[in-house]
Amino acid sequence: MSQEIIELTEETAQQGVSRRGFIKGAIAASAAVSSSNYLFRANGGALLAQSAAAGAVERLITVNVNGRSRRVQVPPMETLSTTLRYTMGLTGTKIGCDRAECGACTVLVDGVSHYACSTLTHTVRGREVTTIEGLEGEDGTLHPMQQAVLEEQGFQCAFCMSGFIMNTVALLNENQSPTRKDAAEWLSGNLCRCADYDKILTSVERAAAITRGA
Amino acid sequence: MAVIRDVIPQLELFQPGTADDALALLSEHGSDAWVFAGGLDTLDWFKDRVKRPKVVVDLGGIDSLREIRTTADGIEIGAMARLIDVVNNADIKAQFPALAFAAKSAASPQIRNVGTIGGNIGQDTRCWYYRDGWTCYRAGGNICYASPPTAMNREHCILGASRCVAVNPSDTAPVLVALEAEMVIRRGSSERVIPADEFFVGPEIDIERMTALEPGDLLMSIRIPSKWAGARVYFEKVRDRDSWDFPIVNVATAIKETGGSIEDVRVVVNGVAPTPVRLTAVESAIIGESLNEQTAEQAGNVSIQGVAPLTHNGFKVNLMKNLVKRSIRDEPMNA
Repeated sequence: MSQEIIELTEETAQQGVSRRGFIKGAIAASAAVSSSNYLFRANGGALLAQSAAAGAVERLITVNVNGRSRRVQVPPMETLSTTLRYTMGLTGTKIGCDRAECGACTVLVDGVSHYACSTLTHTVRGREVTTIEGLEGEDGTLHPMQQAVLEEQGFQCAFCMSGFIMNTVALLNENQSPTRKDAAEWLSGNLCRCADYDKILTSVERAAAITRGA
Repeated sequence: MAVIRDVIPQLELFQPGTADDALALLSEHGSDAWVFAGGLDTLDWFKDRVKRPKVVVDLGGIDSLREIRTTADGIEIGAMARLIDVVNNADIKAQFPALAFAAKSAASPQIRNVGTIGGNIGQDTRCWYYRDGWTCYRAGGNICYASPPTAMNREHCILGASRCVAVNPSDTAPVLVALEAEMVIRRGSSERVIPADEFFVGPEIDIERMTALEPGDLLMSIRIPSKWAGARVYFEKVRDRDSWDFPIVNVATAIKETGGSIEDVRVVVNGVAPTPVRLTAVESAIIGESLNEQTAEQAGNVSIQGVAPLTHNGFKVNLMKNLVKRSIRDEPMNA
């Protein structure tokens, strides 16, 4: 970091804005710019700017995410992954292929694993959506699968991790003693491009053990 | 793979709560309307902007369409029953385990949690030229991009091509044809019931559709008569990846045997033609024969009569021959 920047940040801190706050603000500002680029890029902007057909406009709906009812404006053609990430700011859910193939966007809807990229937000009204952000207990206790991933170092880049963890949560709700084969079959709709499958399955086994209290 | 274009163009979404309301909407909007079930086939089309319907009718809120019930003559499966419901249903597992097995072999767990049996049999072909929006015969044009010698056609037809060489990719469809299922279709207030093998439509009849469903039609349920309940029904699917994939070839063979000989038989293959194909020549060749290796061998040999492979899919001929042979020789897996 150049001397000039250090002086600048120190000066800012003296004026009552912490250095951390300054950096956070800068990140937030650039994030706002990049997400609007995301939504309006290519001819997406033209599409959204078209005069709306009746019924094609945004509607205010209530979606229950991680135990909280949230009122959000959602156009009818918006997918759940888009709403979670770009309207609610829950960016733990990743978009990989956006084609129901890779599983990075897996979330739970009423406890059942769904590809959020291939679920229209309007179809989950009145249902309970759980994302990776909703797993941690109020006291900060991690879900057994989150804890297991830490202990076993389950992932390398971890882009696919939220999806794997969410789908494993669904597995452990049904079966607390899955074999590696059961787990591999259950998780076959999730892809890991680092090919960490072995460590992921070991994490699932550890998570099952934690769940059982072993 | 199509260029990633994430934002789906504008559409009007209706979420009716009853089948009557859905039918009224479909009648009102005709060919502008799109029936939305699980959405797994649908959303790909919308994201790629190849299909751009003005009106989408989501059937997800119609609980009556999800019912699986036992009737006086078999089982009736609502068109919106999810594949996972078909896999886990106790009556289906007891009477038609091959159907549950086929449903389990389709797609991935997350897709089976959402995807419906109606969607599985009604899904469009996976021909990538067509799905990428090329103006082929099936898309209203006057050329097939998949059939020329230089085309990528490893997954395409070896049977039943008529200008279009795309295949039907369903895993449950061949089992339903083998079990002599019937499709209950409503249009407005009128209902018609058609046999499964007439439900699937080849390009020689209509090149732009895969099924008998026309605009305004709604598939309500699938009736499986008890005729083949408890019979020996073999299903096997061959695919590139064992975790999840569309079939290269799959086979469903239903056999009734008495005293070691074949009293009645239906052999159906899919993934080889624009519709599931009932191999009637095989059936008539082996009916009355003993159920043994020799009969199985003969069935395999007869099954490939008249095949017309393309440049890259000649391997499907042997694959189909061996699958038909196994379906008669081996015990059903159905695990």
